Amino acid sequence: MSDTATNRVINRDAMTVSDEVAIQITDMNKWYGTFHVLRDINLTVNRGERIVVCGPSGSGKSTLIRCINRLEEHQAGSIVVDGTELSSDLKNIDKIRSEVGMCFQHFNLFPHLTILENCTLAPIWVRKTPKREAEETAMHFLEKVKIPEQADKYPGQLSGGQQQRVAIARSLCMRPRIMLFDEPTSALDPEMIKEVLDTMIELAEEGMTMICVTHEMGFARQVANRVIFMDAGQIVEQNEPEEFFNNPQSERTKLFLSQILGH
Amino acid sequence: MSDTHAQTVRYVRETMLPEREPPLAETGVIKWMRENLFSSWINAILTIVSLYIIFVVLSAIIPWLLNSVWDAESLTECREILAAQGLSSHDGACGAVLTARWHQLVFGYYPSELYWRPILALALFLVGIAPVLFANLPRQMLLVSAAVPFVCFWLLWGGSVWFPVMIALGFVLGYLAMVLVGKALSPLAGIIAAIVLPILYWIFLAGPLAAAMADVIPLRIEEVQSRAFGGFMLSVVIGLSAIILSLPLGILLALARQSNLFIIKTSAVVFIEVIRGVPLIVWLFTAQLLLNYFLPRGTNFDLTLRVIIMVTLFSSAYIAEVVRGGLAALPKGQYEGADSLGLDYWQSMRLIILPQALKISIPGIVNTFIGLFKDTTLVVFIGLFDPLGIAGAIRASTEWNGIYWELFVFIGLMFFIACYSMGRYSLYLEKKLQREHR
Repeated sequence: MSDTATNRVINRDAMTVSDEVAIQITDMNKWYGTFHVLRDINLTVNRGERIVVCGPSGSGKSTLIRCINRLEEHQAGSIVVDGTELSSDLKNIDKIRSEVGMCFQHFNLFPHLTILENCTLAPIWVRKTPKREAEETAMHFLEKVKIPEQADKYPGQLSGGQQQRVAIARSLCMRPRIMLFDEPTSALDPEMIKEVLDTMIELAEEGMTMICVTHEMGFARQVANRVIFMDAGQIVEQNEPEEFFNNPQSERTKLFLSQILGH
Repeated sequence: MSDTHAQTVRYVRETMLPEREPPLAETGVIKWMRENLFSSWINAILTIVSLYIIFVVLSAIIPWLLNSVWDAESLTECREILAAQGLSSHDGACGAVLTARWHQLVFGYYPSELYWRPILALALFLVGIAPVLFANLPRQMLLVSAAVPFVCFWLLWGGSVWFPVMIALGFVLGYLAMVLVGKALSPLAGIIAAIVLPILYWIFLAGPLAAAMADVIPLRIEEVQSRAFGGFMLSVVIGLSAIILSLPLGILLALARQSNLFIIKTSAVVFIEVIRGVPLIVWLFTAQLLLNYFLPRGTNFDLTLRVIIMVTLFSSAYIAEVVRGGLAALPKGQYEGADSLGLDYWQSMRLIILPQALKISIPGIVNTFIGLFKDTTLVVFIGLFDPLGIAGAIRASTEWNGIYWELFVFIGLMFFIACYSMGRYSLYLEKKLQREHR
């Protein structure tokens, strides 16, 4: 994979990591039927951390971050997000979901609503924000992702990169404390990847806690403070980006890196 | 690429090609006819044969309609008038049956001095349905829409005004129960309360309350028994009530069938399969004969209302399946997108899932409604006087014994107009949503 984001000076000073714990995953296990997808996952994410999760397809990386906002249910162990433990209590789940933003590979914008309505929907209905205020917030974030002029269009009229930026703005409108990215650039044309990564870098610079499942290794090198490599449902290796890429320890990691960086 | 290489391997484009107009399509009547009607020998022959068939059919129908006699007291008189013009009874229609009996075909045996009531009810209904059908009308009109069913009920059946008012209060009660209990306990408890409380209220409280209020303020208009309902009025009353009631019921059934809760899911599946698996006519006989066995002794539950309930249940099972198709067609990402933003179940259904699923289901839903409206003619078998029943009654009279074409053509035409309008509305809605959402 290319170093798409390299031609940008990144302000790493602002990306401070605090000691406060944002997400605490302890001995978490998950099965799909009899298939053991996630095995003994232990992961602590501090506030302000930018974590990149990579690994071969089917390694469980998407499932892992989807467990964090309960799009997938785990069967053993515990996940504590912002001090609230994920259980089958619907009130807790909705609370966590409104604090944790998520961007999907296929954007999952709502095609029957305009861009602006996509962004104001959750603030109005979940946060009970007055419509005017929600619209102002939405325009603020649409300006931030550099597409305020598209506000009255429908998602189907936008390019993939623009749609993904809207999806990011939509999540930000809920003022989340944590952002999850599930392969946000995998469905995009090469020319559009950069605009999405730039948006994500800006977020990182503002100190957002982020967990990104991505194969954009340039992004990982520049922005992440930790890279996690997963295989067969387990965390195989985690390290700081420089160490991870230059000096991988496990054989499995070496093979993976040689395959994705080799050409 | 390859032809570029044929000249020279190295190639650099220096000027970008400007955009050009597409070639003008050839137009003209003759070209159209050559392409669409006479493109080959077989096509040409088929065209000519079809034109001949159309000519034969029209040359039989048009004179029959044009020679029609509109002013006569009976079929015999009709034929005499035709014979006086030198025509046989097959050469001209006897439209006189329509001019003489149109009020029966339209209103059945509704008292003629009260015709204004169904007409006013229809007018009110059209006002009420307009903001539902056309989204560009002001939303405040929906409040009128909510009151219209009860006003129409009162106008049609008459009697004390308090009865429909107390029934309407049940819905308000249900809404309040859903909001208050839903907030206090859980959304599911809210829904259960919203169903159970109004039903208890209607069974035990609504009647006495209405009677008490009628004693205090006796506001009533002349009562009309539903035996007097007939003709298109009956079809429209049954059809429209069932259409309006079965859509929300069908949607709820479709959601229930998708539910993770075992009891709710199983009840929905059983309900849908049982209702769908038995012919409508059987359900109508059930409404006519059996339903009274299940009701408390002494209650005389109006037959027309029983039929409306049965037809509603019947078509809601079909609507449920159509809507389920729409729900299944939505990508899983839409559910996840809604979930990830923290919307609860009802919010995500109402704001995200159903608008899209219903849009997909529009053709199927309207198709079901058209079928339902035509099926209202089946009530003739349980002794109600729908247009076919009225036609039978007219043909049984001494004046019009032996007439059939004129009546059935008229009835067919009326049904066609109603069903065709529904079909056109469905197309309008599909196009509008297509344009809006891309």
